Amino acid sequence: MLQLEDVIAKITGIDRGSALAEAVNGRADIMSLTQQTYVAALHPTDPGGLSYVERAAFACRISVLNSDREFEAHFHNLIGDNDASGARIADIGFVGGHDVRLSALIRHVDLVAQNPKNATEGDIKRLQAAGVSDADIVRLSELVAFVSYQIRVAAGLRLMRDLA
Amino acid sequence: MKKTVHEFTTKIPEWKPYVAPLDLSQATPEQLEALKVTPSNTKVSDYVLVLAHDVETLQHRTPLFNGIMYNRGGLSRAEREIGAVAASIVNRCVYCAAVHASRYNQLTKSETVVDALFADGMDAQIEPRLKAIFNFAFKLSQCPSEANDKDMQALVDAGLSKEEILDLILSSSLFGWANRLMHTLGEPLSD
Repeated sequence: MLQLEDVIAKITGIDRGSALAEAVNGRADIMSLTQQTYVAALHPTDPGGLSYVERAAFACRISVLNSDREFEAHFHNLIGDNDASGARIADIGFVGGHDVRLSALIRHVDLVAQNPKNATEGDIKRLQAAGVSDADIVRLSELVAFVSYQIRVAAGLRLMRDLA
Repeated sequence: MKKTVHEFTTKIPEWKPYVAPLDLSQATPEQLEALKVTPSNTKVSDYVLVLAHDVETLQHRTPLFNGIMYNRGGLSRAEREIGAVAASIVNRCVYCAAVHASRYNQLTKSETVVDALFADGMDAQIEPRLKAIFNFAFKLSQCPSEANDKDMQALVDAGLSKEEILDLILSSSLFGWANRLMHTLGEPLSD
């Protein structure tokens, strides 16, 4: 089940009462909306054509591509143990095997996480040709985009936390 | 015949989606609520109609976006736009760069900073405070992030408060999100 605690607060481990905690509390509305979007991207009420396991596994891949061990561990935990396919999708050495749909999804996740500047209309056409609906293309894009945002917010906060 | 815009500009292009925008006549009550569509307000951009396919994330997007870019206190509006522009340059989102560079120009009534950033990126000759802001946001926008303790210290040395630095982290990260939608789900067009 999804943790209800704030993921960024947990991952960055900012001390309560510190000057940084005070600054973050000044933007409590933003941090709360960020956490609500996390739930909407990872565990929406209506997941459409992207399962919860796939979402957690893609988020884990994105964390690896961002060299973020703490988010990697977090999303690995979110995949859970019930479904072996999740851990396989999270492995960046795996590119989808013979599964046309999964291969197309993984290729797009890696592209948009790492090199969004290189994305073109042809990349969307590849997803459509693999049978991914337009609604699922938008869901996938929001997932990659949101996790990329969340990882950067945490990366910035860690640098603030470690200021001498 | 309109053409795809590949070079950075402050002239705001049109945006043409690669996927079909939501057909309003097929929208669910949740989608109409998130889109704030009423009988007197039926104008919704193609971009938002595309995002409406994922209504659960869309419903948080507008308050989150407005909060990060326009909240009271903290970093100035113009300097938040520099965070947005830096991410948009890294991710080559010509549309987002145009919207936010032109907003910076309107707020500061000057075009020299944006011209320098579009031409030279991190080598741009701009005042030290803006340079520290742009360079931090540019490096945070890489995958993985390349921002380090020296870049953070440069923000402190340039006089930014913790509140201002937090707002910069948020605005540049937010555009890592926005660019990954705007640039990958459609393209900028101009005459």
